[in-house]
Amino acid sequence: MSESAHASATHGHPGHGEGETRRDFLALAATAFAGAGAACALWPFIDSMNPAADTLALSTTDVDISPIAEGMRVTVKWRGRPVFIDHRTKKQIDEARAVNISELRDPAKDEDRAQKAEWLVMVGVCTHLGCIPLGQKQGDPTGDFGGWFCPCHGSHYDTSGRIRKGPAPLNLPVPPYKFLTDTSVSIG
Amino acid sequence: MSTTSNAPKKNGIVEWIDYRLPIFTFMNHELREYPTPKNLNYWWNFGSLAGIVLVVMILSGIFLAMNYTAHVDYAFVSVERIMRDVNYGWLLRYIHMNGASMFFLVVYIHIFRGLYYGSYKPPREILWWLGLVILILMMATAFLGYVLPWGQMSFWGATVITNLFSAIPLVGEPIVTWLWGGFSVDNPTLNRFFSLHYLLPFVIVGVVMLHLVALHTHGSNNPLGIDTKKNPKDSIPFHPYYTVKDMFGLGVFLVIYAGFVFFAPNFFGEPVNYVPANPLQTPSEIVPEWYLLPFYAILRSVPDKLAGVIAMFGAIFILFLLPWLDSSKVRSATFRPIYKQLFWIFLADCLVLGWCGAQHPEGAPLLIGRLATAYYFLHFIVLLPLVSKFEKPRPLPESISTPVLKTEKA
Repeated sequence: MSESAHASATHGHPGHGEGETRRDFLALAATAFAGAGAACALWPFIDSMNPAADTLALSTTDVDISPIAEGMRVTVKWRGRPVFIDHRTKKQIDEARAVNISELRDPAKDEDRAQKAEWLVMVGVCTHLGCIPLGQKQGDPTGDFGGWFCPCHGSHYDTSGRIRKGPAPLNLPVPPYKFLTDTSVSIG
Repeated sequence: MSTTSNAPKKNGIVEWIDYRLPIFTFMNHELREYPTPKNLNYWWNFGSLAGIVLVVMILSGIFLAMNYTAHVDYAFVSVERIMRDVNYGWLLRYIHMNGASMFFLVVYIHIFRGLYYGSYKPPREILWWLGLVILILMMATAFLGYVLPWGQMSFWGATVITNLFSAIPLVGEPIVTWLWGGFSVDNPTLNRFFSLHYLLPFVIVGVVMLHLVALHTHGSNNPLGIDTKKNPKDSIPFHPYYTVKDMFGLGVFLVIYAGFVFFAPNFFGEPVNYVPANPLQTPSEIVPEWYLLPFYAILRSVPDKLAGVIAMFGAIFILFLLPWLDSSKVRSATFRPIYKQLFWIFLADCLVLGWCGAQHPEGAPLLIGRLATAYYFLHFIVLLPLVSKFEKPRPLPESISTPVLKTEKA
């Protein structure tokens, strides 16, 4: 004990400046190491708040679209949020395709938004602050462009679900989906 | 009754404890002999009132939590069970619900008191910051708590507020998914909101402690805004003078609070929140609680999503810069003829914003909201710096006692 204490005492004394820098370096290195370690240990806690495996497992929904007549709109639930399925009329498709896309806030061709022209599939959540736009039910307001109207802050969407007027920045998003058969769609 | 001697009574057990843990010395120092300006008016009651409401909220909340179930299938029914089946459950819930409104009312008055009398000026800048941190924590706690009953407004309020973060470029969407723990506001969201709603009040208690330490370091400001340390005649001991005054104010406050709890318990609430949450149907109008309306109005008056969110948060964060935006050496508006007028216009502006926040954002309310938002920032960024530079304040009294003596002579 006394030997080591003596040794450190004699080591510490000569060359003040050098001893200080070495000690500073060790202190800095140790602090940085502990800091990086603490930051790494934080990650599991943060990541535990991300969607869990069972939440992710519920990520596809299959829909039978045979009962949906032309001109009808149906809402299904996918990942806890509504998906709009719109069996569009010829008139609605023509309207959507006649638009000059350079005038749009979020330019997108209707051809790119609908895999089959008569079927429009979109997540029915307003891109402003997440309300559900009206227009799915008979008698709902459909906005100035015959599509959907969000009552919360007044966004108007057209018959392709594109934003045309109001505060929303983007079109209603198209989820990943594929036609399993002519009468069945798998969303997700 | 030797009320004039302010020393604690001698008691063997008290002394034994105090020698080992000086809690009684501390309490005596901070709550009895703590020197307080002798001219504090009733606007100075609201700090201690806020502290008492915080305790009421924590106590009522702890007992509510014993009967609440944080699950999307049971949350709404468990709240209805509290209302109908749990003994005095209705009372606990109405105390807690209206307590939130009372808390904000008291704290807003407390803040505007600080604005009028310049309580944010040196050496109380950190005291002011800590108060703002408490305000932000209160807003977060209130929002989280409002989601718990899982009514329509709970659900859609949570959806709209969490979606504010989607405005952040690039990382916005992953952040929102992380906040939700899923792809929409759902059971994981409700669970974590309950956990955080229980946690944050205790964080608030911690910051309140720091707020008090900062307060007691330089003592209370006062209606004249002058330093009271120069003249010992300017201060009186906190007990009994201000304990009595605070208790009287508490009595008046409790009459008003109880009036709402017993006679108009749903006055501040939204009827649509008694409809269970439905993720597939948005209510026709989404309105936050009254205490968030001015900020909601600012959000909605900016046509761009990201800019709106920045403006809303900026409206609170600009208050942190206030001690530097207002560089006048004179604290109290009593001696600042122009600032005094600006204060009242600013107060009116905040009330107008609150009104706009409750209206449908179209036509006149939208226009008024935009003007009021512009003025809100104009007040801080342009008017305050200019006025504090060019205004000629009235002469300050040397001490609190001086003007009193002068009027006595006259």
